[in-house]
Amino acid sequence: MKASAGGYVRARDLTHALDVLGRSDGMGRVLAGGQSLIAAMNMRLTAGDMLVDISRLSELRGVTEAGETLRIGALTRHVEVGSDPLIAAHVPLLAQAVGYIAHAAIRNRGTIGGATAHADPAAEFPACLVALGAVIEVTGPTATREIAAEDFFVDVFETAIEEGEILTAIIVPKAQAGEAHVIEEVARRSGDYALAGLCLVKRRAGHRVALFSVGPRPMLASSAMQKLDAGDLDGAVTALGQDIDPPSDTQASAAYRRHLAGVLLRRAAARIEGDTA
Amino acid sequence: MTELFRDKVDIDLTVNGEPVEARVPAGQHLIDFLRQTLGLTGAHASCEHGVCGACTVRVDGEAVRGCLMLAAQADGTEIWTVEGLSDTAAITDLQEAFVARNALQCGFCTPGMLVAAEELLSRGGTPSRAEIREHMSGNYCRCTGYEAIVDAVESVAQARAGKGAA
Repeated sequence: MKASAGGYVRARDLTHALDVLGRSDGMGRVLAGGQSLIAAMNMRLTAGDMLVDISRLSELRGVTEAGETLRIGALTRHVEVGSDPLIAAHVPLLAQAVGYIAHAAIRNRGTIGGATAHADPAAEFPACLVALGAVIEVTGPTATREIAAEDFFVDVFETAIEEGEILTAIIVPKAQAGEAHVIEEVARRSGDYALAGLCLVKRRAGHRVALFSVGPRPMLASSAMQKLDAGDLDGAVTALGQDIDPPSDTQASAAYRRHLAGVLLRRAAARIEGDTA
Repeated sequence: MTELFRDKVDIDLTVNGEPVEARVPAGQHLIDFLRQTLGLTGAHASCEHGVCGACTVRVDGEAVRGCLMLAAQADGTEIWTVEGLSDTAAITDLQEAFVARNALQCGFCTPGMLVAAEELLSRGGTPSRAEIREHMSGNYCRCTGYEAIVDAVESVAQARAGKGAA
């Protein structure tokens, strides 16, 4: 269908965007790459939004090194995340994830900040950020806040961003020596949303496992992580089934999603073994 | 608030090499602006939620969904549609390969297919069939079963690589 927008303003800079958003009587909606928001508007899942278009704010785009972390500007596009040399060297999980996200034309405009703020429970980047223990930077009219990824995703399409705030950057720890990253998912066709997906980060300090498309938000599988730390893969697969409570829908039953999660964990573990062997 | 947010937005852009100035409704899709206002009906509006790829056009050198971008966002951009790419003969070899390989039947998806394929071909090299398939996976065709489309793109990639080497 056709989108219904209440109004539009093209932000000149972040201060302008925050000012306009603050004066929108709660009707303001931040428009970045638009690859989820405009689709939602087209399906009339949302209508009458006052769009604050931040897509031209070059200050929010690009990847920079900051000590032991990388700072990824919110407007860095998926295609850029996939080809950025700093991300390839220090956060391979994000580079790997790009190949699973939709299709080339979507990746040309979609942004990592937009995908994170949209908080689709089936999306890859939010689960990656939880697995990595990333920090989400949001800027409001008076202050900037940093929120741990685990606390950021609240529910389906719901995050810790408050009225008047804009997601401005994502801060991810650089991989340490010997660290391994793997993302695995099952989708019916290339580019479709995953029926189930899993990110595995193996660090000296321990394993981190985050899943997507198996609940209302990306979630850490804490008991499976403990079993992996103990070297018990079979135990981790069993524990994973208890860590998650996936929904049944037209795409897959809860039992099938739970089964897939175990398969994906075994695949991810095997890939890490293969990489380090 | 009303003086901040506009329901009509002025845009100034380049379409198929020609400068265009227009005042567009805030929620209008780029594809509808191109088709209805400029009469460039090559690319199609179909699923209107970014799944089918029939509305694919080139924006600032990249293949983009015309239904997932607002016309208001196109201010300052350089846009090419299948009309411009045809008129400038930029994709003549690709179009001929589509005909030679029967890579179209009804033709509805073809303008989007051409823009998507040209983005891959413009990177140079000879992509594998799997890479072609992956790159074109966001463009639906209900007639051909895709095999002929992959054939056409592959043959152009090989021909262009051969020409470059000669």
